[in-house]
This record gives sequence, structure tokens and C-alpha cells, in this order.
Amino acid sequence: MWRRVSQAVSAAVINSHWPSLFARTIYGGKLKGFCVPGLNCYSCPLALFACPVGSIQYILAHIRPSIEAGKYYLGFYVIGTLGIVGSAVGRMACGWICPFGALQDVLYKIPTRKIEIPRAFNYFKYAVLLVMVVILPAMVLDEFGYGEVWFCKYLCPAGTLEAGIPLTVLNSSLRSQVGIQFWLKASILLVFLGLMIPVRRPFCRTTCPLGAIYSLFNRVSILRLSVSSECIKCDRCYKVCPMSIKVYENPNSRDCIRCLDCVKVCPVNAVSYEIAGRRLGSSEPF
Amino acid sequence: MKTRIPYILLVIFIIFVIAGVSLGEITKVLETAVNLCLGCIGIG
Repeated sequence: MWRRVSQAVSAAVINSHWPSLFARTIYGGKLKGFCVPGLNCYSCPLALFACPVGSIQYILAHIRPSIEAGKYYLGFYVIGTLGIVGSAVGRMACGWICPFGALQDVLYKIPTRKIEIPRAFNYFKYAVLLVMVVILPAMVLDEFGYGEVWFCKYLCPAGTLEAGIPLTVLNSSLRSQVGIQFWLKASILLVFLGLMIPVRRPFCRTTCPLGAIYSLFNRVSILRLSVSSECIKCDRCYKVCPMSIKVYENPNSRDCIRCLDCVKVCPVNAVSYEIAGRRLGSSEPF
Repeated sequence: MKTRIPYILLVIFIIFVIAGVSLGEITKVLETAVNLCLGCIGIG
């Protein structure tokens, strides 16, 4: 229950600049200098903060002109922010804060036949991170040395949902510019929305570059999960896991979003959370 | 040693943030985020 409260409060706080909605534009205040730990498009009319994935792409896309101008913007601030969150709690922000993750949890509750996607698809998000967030923005440059935000421009369904659709509905001059790129992104969003009903968190598992970054910290973060020898392998943890993980096989799987639902449902209290190696309990902490 | 790794990482990334802030990267992020990203909308 507390996770749902956290997801709802986070989504409401991160997207709370209502005056922009009526002004049909986006918020332009100083809070936009800070990155949220979840995937939330900064071009959403309601967004108060910056998206870390968009910010890092933009910095990489402008890295050459910046250096030529004597400004060494190398992405330390954004990488440091993500690293602090990851070192402390691993992928927990995906499960407790990210608005796009919360949307996937909600849509999966729609009663229908549920399906599992092959585990191999989970590795695709690392390719997205490497190619669309790092390599292409930094390496494919125009004649002035500027790159593009490839993930935002050609893939990100959160941007289409939170920024593309609201802004083209609200702003007629933007609506008049809608073309094939918009419809391509809208199609990607539709595919993911369709998948979110029968598949658990399809975007987080297969495509999210932010989740890919946080996932690298799961095995070394301060907050970790552990499974004791009392585990009876009843699979209750697997049935409630939004990322389809058999927790007793790999309690600190790279895909674990630290929702802690497995801790709550374990009938023999074998799954517990630990902070800095100290087992603190086998019931939900918050 | 294993329990120290997250703390070492934490210190490294705090140094990253301090370095980024001192290089003026908050301004760069702000500059990015206050401008409408036409690519994000799908028309850029």
C-alpha cells in the first residue's frame, strides 16, 4: 500500500506545475535544473524537474561545441545524481517513484490473460542505453558539431504520453507540425500501452535506459535483498513480482526494482531486506 | 570489503555531483529542460 502512495505522491509532485497547462507551454523555473530519479519528460507541461535520460543525451549531443567553447560539460552532475541513488537503493526508484513505472503497474491490473516475455529481451535495454543514449547523441553530429537526443526523439514513449500528446492537443502551432515522426512515436507508445495489460512492466524490463543504469547497482547497493535457507520455493514471490523474478534464485537480480512485495508475501519470512549487510527485517519496512 | 563498496561508490558519485555543479552543469541541465524539446514531442 505504501508503495502505491509513494508512486501517487511522486507522480503528483514531479508533475505539479498546473499554470503551464493553462498557458499551453512548459514550466521554465529554476527547479528544472534538478533531475528526478525516474523517467519523466521535462517537456511535459506539468513537469517541475528535468529528466536524467534527456539531460545526459543533451549534454552528450552538445559535448563537442561545449568543449570548443571552453566549457567542460561532461555529464558529471547527472551521472553523479543517478550514481548516488543507485549506490543507495539500486533500482528502487523504478518501483517507488517513476511515474511511467506506476502506469505499467496500474495497467497490468486490468483483468486479462497474462503472458510472460522471454528473459533474453531484458538485455535489450542495455543496447538502448549504449546506442541511443550514449553513442548516437555523442557521435552522429551535424555540420556545427551538434548531435541529437536519439532516445527522446525516436523511441521514448513516456515523452509521447507526457509531452507529445498534451502539447499537440493544447497548442495549435505545434499540432500543425505533426508529421511522420510523431506518428512513429505514437505507435511505439500504443504498442507499449497494449503490452502493459498482459505483460508485467514491459518497458522497464526491456527498454528503459534509466532502469539499465540503476540495474548495474543492484548487487552493490546499500539496500539489498536476501533469502534465507528457510525458503520453501513456493513461488509466491515470483507471482507478485512486477519484474517476473524468482527471488530465491537471484535476490539481487539486475531487474529487481526493490518494490519489496516479495518480502511482504513470503509465508515463511525467508525473504528479507538488509541495509549495508545487516538484516533488518522480513516485513515491509515502510 | 563487500559492505564498503556502496559507500565508496556513494563518495565517488558525490564527488561527481560536486564536480558537475562546479563546472556549471546545473545551468546546462536547466537550459535543456526549460526549452521545449521538439524531439521529445515527436516533431523536432
